[in-house]
Amino acid sequence: MGYSPNTPEEIREMLAAIGAGSVEELFSSIPRELRAKSFDLPPGLSEFELMGIMREKASTGGCGITPFIGGGLYDHFIPAAVDHLSSRAEFYTAYTPYQPECSQGTLQALFEYQTAICRLTGMEASNASLYDGGTAVAEAALMAFRITGRHQVVLDESVNPFYREVVRGYLASVAEQVVEVAPLGYGSDFDMLSGTVTGETAAIIVQNPNFFGTVEDFAALAEKAHQHGALLIVCSYPVALGLVKSPGEMGADIAAGEGQSLGNHLSFGGPYFGFITTLKKYIRNLPGRIVGETIDKDGQRGYVLTLQAREQHIKRQKATSNICSNQSLCALRGMIFTAALGRKGFEELAALNYDKAEYARGVLSAIDGVSVINAGTTFNEFVLSLPKPAAPVVERLLPFGVAAGLPLGSYYPEMENTLVVTVTEKRTKTEIDRLASLLQEALWS
Amino acid sequence: MAKHYTREHEWVSVSGTVATVGISDHAAHELGDITFVELPQAGKSVKQFDILAAIESVKAASDIYSPLSGKVIEVNSRLDDAPELVNQSAEDAGWICKLEASDLGEVGALMDEAAYQEFVQGLV
Amino acid sequence: MELIYEKSVPGRTGVRIPVADIPRTTGGFPAGLRRFEPAAFPEVSELDLVRHYTNLSRRNFSVDTNFYPLGSCTMKYNAKVMENAAALFAGCHPVVALLPGGEKLVQGPLSLVWELERQLAEITGMDEVTTQPLAGAHGEMTGIMLIAAYHKARGQKRKYVIVPDSSHGTNPASAAMAGYEIVTIPTAPYGDMDLDAYRAAMNDQVAAVMMTCPNTLGLFNPYIAEICRIAHEAGALTYYDGANLNAILGKVRPGDVGFDVIHVNLHKTFGTPHGGGGPGSGPVGVRAGLIPYLPTPRVVKKDDGSFAVEAHPEGIGRVSDFFGNFGIMVRAFGYITLLGREGLIEVSEQAVLNANYLMARLKEEYDLPFDQTCMHECVFSAARQAKEGIHAIDIAKYLIDRGFHPPTVYFPLNVKEAIMIEPTETESKQTLDSFIAVMIEAARCAKESPQELKDAPITTPVGRLDETRAARALQVCCE
Repeated sequence: MGYSPNTPEEIREMLAAIGAGSVEELFSSIPRELRAKSFDLPPGLSEFELMGIMREKASTGGCGITPFIGGGLYDHFIPAAVDHLSSRAEFYTAYTPYQPECSQGTLQALFEYQTAICRLTGMEASNASLYDGGTAVAEAALMAFRITGRHQVVLDESVNPFYREVVRGYLASVAEQVVEVAPLGYGSDFDMLSGTVTGETAAIIVQNPNFFGTVEDFAALAEKAHQHGALLIVCSYPVALGLVKSPGEMGADIAAGEGQSLGNHLSFGGPYFGFITTLKKYIRNLPGRIVGETIDKDGQRGYVLTLQAREQHIKRQKATSNICSNQSLCALRGMIFTAALGRKGFEELAALNYDKAEYARGVLSAIDGVSVINAGTTFNEFVLSLPKPAAPVVERLLPFGVAAGLPLGSYYPEMENTLVVTVTEKRTKTEIDRLASLLQEALWS
Repeated sequence: MAKHYTREHEWVSVSGTVATVGISDHAAHELGDITFVELPQAGKSVKQFDILAAIESVKAASDIYSPLSGKVIEVNSRLDDAPELVNQSAEDAGWICKLEASDLGEVGALMDEAAYQEFVQGLV
Repeated sequence: MELIYEKSVPGRTGVRIPVADIPRTTGGFPAGLRRFEPAAFPEVSELDLVRHYTNLSRRNFSVDTNFYPLGSCTMKYNAKVMENAAALFAGCHPVVALLPGGEKLVQGPLSLVWELERQLAEITGMDEVTTQPLAGAHGEMTGIMLIAAYHKARGQKRKYVIVPDSSHGTNPASAAMAGYEIVTIPTAPYGDMDLDAYRAAMNDQVAAVMMTCPNTLGLFNPYIAEICRIAHEAGALTYYDGANLNAILGKVRPGDVGFDVIHVNLHKTFGTPHGGGGPGSGPVGVRAGLIPYLPTPRVVKKDDGSFAVEAHPEGIGRVSDFFGNFGIMVRAFGYITLLGREGLIEVSEQAVLNANYLMARLKEEYDLPFDQTCMHECVFSAARQAKEGIHAIDIAKYLIDRGFHPPTVYFPLNVKEAIMIEPTETESKQTLDSFIAVMIEAARCAKESPQELKDAPITTPVGRLDETRAARALQVCCE
């Protein structure tokens, strides 16, 4: 039946050792009237039947579609070694490394991860992962509250709308105010953002590239924030950081975001991992687990969970966060991904994304009535303006096996005729050309 | 002047109106190896028994309560780089901060050394 | 072992990336927006990479290699077929479901979300479930946010959440993140929350009480229904932390007992792997009166039998970016489907049998602060050994040398020198017997050759590590 190995004979022996007459007797401390009123589930199946059900479900899983969509999640190439190494049972069937001597594999890998994500974001300290992009940005805001002792944030509306919803939920009971600033030309409205920050502001939260794909330099905004004693939080897309100026290089105080693009499958929404990095001086305000280096009694180097006194299992309601389980295995995948590509490969990956998107910008904006309307530079996503509402056009192309982009109307009502098109290194020239001809046809025939 | 103690294991020693505050040897021993002392901001005003600072070891974290009301006038910034001073010398070099005490009458609510020793014995 | 960065050689390359089939234009990317220096990722060959992480993995204990009776973590076997099942969905982009007309293309995954929610509702006796929370603590926070929304809709702003002192730290931490002050109730001599102290703390300013049942001592609280009744009389809601649900599958349903909001840990009770610390998944179940506040979006089944994603505008908003940790949900759905009704009942029965067997066999050698029939785990104390200078941690390290992952030590906080053992139902009597033998040996060593325990572990790649140094001379990434 299940995975319980004991035979009836062994069960009898065990009951005898306990001094109980039956297994049911072990549950006698539970009052009768509290027993389950129902437990209406079907009988079990074998692996064979189960996989039949799973295959059927996966066959209508949208996996066959060519995605020109992102929304913070990207269809990137994943080297086979990432799957194979992260599928080592010693990694995936272990738990939190509370006993460091028999968990050096996980601990060292996470220390390497922390190093990678610091180098990528240009920051000095990282934790061992958070849940996802939205919760990472929310935790960054809470961290800014702790550091500054202030409880107001300025949130750029060109930050991913899903993340903004999560941030609003996390901050609802603790923030005095979440001031949202509308975008300008599909980029950040720098004058408004600068004008909104005051001596009451804990942090300004921006995203780069933003939800519309626009890439900007926030160095001046960082300075402005610092003048008011506020922090700058930059939400980043890791693959873009192979080309784009890092949060650290812009003077950010906290970088946070979604780590999926580093070697994690799309998997219909997860699991992925959130990342958060900061400056050394703020390390005690980081949420979640942190791995640190130390030595054993013979002076050998080793790794442990450190600064645990910040965490919920010790500090309870005064902890920096309630997070306990994180997304460790997904962070490990991220680490293996960066090491598989390496310094040069990662740079080339980012360049390829940019080049493919530039090519797509060219062929798509050659269609009559269609244009790319981001005012500034873009990375691998851009906003396409159509001569008519975008949603029906996207819907019309789905039966051709193409997800042409994410219509913006549902998230920004005034942008009904626009969609964000995403082009990763996996989209071939043939696929991009096909998108262009399908779009041409959908609009003009 | 002689030290006085709280039930939360802080000590205070008053000279004029300046009160030097720390945690007791007993508390330092119970916490184990101290890894961090979160010092108060100079200028901060506290009431007697309010949270004044916080202290962490590898496996524990604990608040430090103010034995007296007053205003923080000096902090022991050596603890920033050497929190182990609290383990080595909790009741001397490992002091936490100095207060300008606003009501010395509050000392009456504290234990003297003998009473504190008796209190600690009772805990074991 | 060297860090991967220390194996890096400038110019060495690993995996090749896709070939460019378009004109190269990166040169045109504006200099002012470009990063100054490439990220210094390791430059290693693919074989270097594979060898490094394979060898690192061998420095871990895991369920697949060692008995792992870590109390409160339910380290049961993770069936391999679930890994195969989850892999089938690897390529599904969740945003497809949000496109106009996109739902039609992802009926399979949407049906799985919906069906898992139905399964969990039946198992826990709740009316509705959301799978959005990404871990147990995330579920707790979501649950408390739902409770806050419920009170708010009734024009009430209550201030407090009650937790027993034996609760997991996540309970008070989650309630604090949702804006509540915490009232902690001590444990009574019978091993659970002091009922009189609880009664005295309950009033119309209390939003909720959070209970784990069986609790962290492995004891089923005989007053649990009474605790719910007292809360409801004061207009407070009741929260069930499902960390220990494995003990009562098919026996007790939190909904029947009187709980209003619950979370379950798919990575504990429902057999999904722990991943070295995550990903987990923490679905939340609610009673009918709280359905309006569930997070957005909801997966619904329409009259024609098709599945759709619907906004849930009255709810608390979005607690994670998409539909939860879907890959973990696939495994849990598979686990429940494969075990079925009888299989799930067998889980709790065998888990409780295994824990009681361990307890019976070890109580001569170790103090048992609460000597009564336990549920899925038992908590010993090394207080007797501590008098000789041997602490729970020394016994833990000795177990490592003998090939066992240690139980949870020093938790719960209300037991001195706690050793918390949760064997789970997937371990055989033979495994338990060898563990028992080593635990007995450890107790003997404590008396006869204590230094052996003090020196342990000696078989691991590193000996006992200096955690104080790690915290004082912080180094969290390589320079």
